[in-house]
Amino acid sequence: MNRPVAKLLALLALCWPPVAPAATTGYPLQDAGTDVGNLASLQRGARNFVNYCLGCHSAEYMRYSQVADDLALTEDELRDNLMFTGTRIYDAMLTAMPAAQAREWFGNAPPDLSLIARSRGVDYVYTFLKSFYGDPSQPTGVNNAVLANTVMPHVLVGLQGIQVPRYATEMGKDGKPVRHLVLEPGAPGELGAEQFDSFVRDTVNFLEYVSEPAKSERRSLGVWVMLYLLMFLAFAYFLKKDYWKDVK
Amino acid sequence: MAGGKAGPATPGRLAALGAWIDARFPMTALWKEHMSEYYAPKNFNFWYYFGSIALFVLALQIVTGIFLTMSYKPSATEAFGSVEYIMRDVEWGWLIRYLHSTGASAFFVVVYLHMFRALLYGSHRRPRELLWIVGVLIYLALMAEAFFGYLLPWGNMSYWGAQVIVSLFGTFPWIGDALVEWIRGDYFISDITLNRFFALHVVALPLALIFLVVAHLLALHEVGSNNPDGIEFRESKGPDGRPLDGIPLHPYYTVKDLYGLAAFMVLFAAVVFFAPEMGGLFLEAANFEPANPLLTPEHIAPVWYFTPYYAMLRAVPAFAGTQVWGVLVMFAAVLLLFFVPWLDRAPVKSIRYRGPIYNVALMLFALAFIVLGYCGLKPAEQPFTSLSVTGTIYYFAFFLLMPWYTRIDSHRPPPPRVTS
Repeated sequence: MNRPVAKLLALLALCWPPVAPAATTGYPLQDAGTDVGNLASLQRGARNFVNYCLGCHSAEYMRYSQVADDLALTEDELRDNLMFTGTRIYDAMLTAMPAAQAREWFGNAPPDLSLIARSRGVDYVYTFLKSFYGDPSQPTGVNNAVLANTVMPHVLVGLQGIQVPRYATEMGKDGKPVRHLVLEPGAPGELGAEQFDSFVRDTVNFLEYVSEPAKSERRSLGVWVMLYLLMFLAFAYFLKKDYWKDVK
Repeated sequence: MAGGKAGPATPGRLAALGAWIDARFPMTALWKEHMSEYYAPKNFNFWYYFGSIALFVLALQIVTGIFLTMSYKPSATEAFGSVEYIMRDVEWGWLIRYLHSTGASAFFVVVYLHMFRALLYGSHRRPRELLWIVGVLIYLALMAEAFFGYLLPWGNMSYWGAQVIVSLFGTFPWIGDALVEWIRGDYFISDITLNRFFALHVVALPLALIFLVVAHLLALHEVGSNNPDGIEFRESKGPDGRPLDGIPLHPYYTVKDLYGLAAFMVLFAAVVFFAPEMGGLFLEAANFEPANPLLTPEHIAPVWYFTPYYAMLRAVPAFAGTQVWGVLVMFAAVLLLFFVPWLDRAPVKSIRYRGPIYNVALMLFALAFIVLGYCGLKPAEQPFTSLSVTGTIYYFAFFLLMPWYTRIDSHRPPPPRVTS
């Protein structure tokens, strides 16, 4: 009768990774360097997202109209640059690819990206998108250093080119050799390494915005709230002092 | 008896209304009894802010909770989406939700400090035993409230956290499986479980909490506050019958607590606006994925305020083919709190006049609680396992040996009147 809890506890004991959530391979994550206050980067990221991600992935909790509002786009700019799936502006950003077929093609449906930057972290998504490498043993011809054996094809291959894996061996802290994966540039793509990094950074920045559209507002409003509360604190302090001056 | 304070010579309309009410309801009498003529010791220090702050957080949770309930859908298919709807489409929804999620953690921070204050100054001692017991009941209700509320966003951590905690009841011999099924209302955590947790979270436990808080305040006002000197300030009365070291709650402590509240709100707002996830302690990354019964998060841990007990659960090994011992230890750790007023046998209340043994024991206890909380967030591996075992043993020793060490400890006689 105690089996379920015993199993769960055993499971818990087994599945504690070091720190980073979902760092399945231990491949070091790179700093995404995103900034949701950078409007130009968000606009480029939105364009990248609809061109390269939305074909397969949805952002089901994100509405086009809100993207336009928050990214300072007019309705025409929105329609001309971001809306390709025949939807209306108040609709959610849904992929045109049917989930059932996606499951048939890839083995599982591509995950919704509304909250991916919060559930996995921006560094994870940034490093994941940068870490595809050629692997003929995979059906897609590529593998990923962050998420081993991913079924996702390398949709940015035209931009990044194809990276080549190399296994380096170093001495670990315990004196035992540790083998780890290093990705090196192979056949080049349209973009140079720095250009590609900023392309991915813009895209991840947009995903960070999508995961919490209120983030910029939260921070800017927060400054005013803090100033108000600090003033209130000062008033409360002097009020208390005045009332208490006759308490010995 | 119109008006609490000296009014104008000719009673105005407001005073007339007051008199009309007072003839029918003890408005002024209640105000005097509990505010303007309720005396509190004048020597409260930093540790005495947390009661009023806890009251504020309770009100905040109720008000934000009401607004969240207006847009939340307690259904397995809609719950996760409705929380995102609140975060995106509801006007100020994100703010209301962050106030509520941060408020939950803040409630525990404040309550833990409030309880520690009692251990510092002996506020649980005679004649305040019932006040303390009601306080422990509030703490229990708060833990249940937090646990039920944590399932509602229906994220994957909500789901698996509830799964693990509910499974604990399955360790009880004979009745375990039936008990777990009864709690869940199903063979697994499902829509049915979500609905009943919602009912408990928004109706049953808030009612219980409000009732208990009123009882806590009534018990407090019956016996009067303790103070950092741990002496009964009501015993030193002036010729007018008023306590010499007492000052009226209103306006003295209302303005002082307003100041404390303002300081709290600065810190609280800093979290709400700049770190609502608090690095994964208040909102966990895995909870931004919808509940998935087929996929456990890589990292199941309860929210930080439960981790000291979680560490105790894991510190106890299986024995005689059952895990029930860890569960019993965990429950015993909380239930022990009820007995503290009688475990403590020192002739003085306040730590100021106690000897070195209690000073060291209490500081180590605070340390052990923090270490246990830290270990509960960490993997069940060394050195955390050993630390958890040590912490658990110390936690129990602190309470169970209390009758002995508080009696042999030296103490100084407290002063007859409170010191400032």
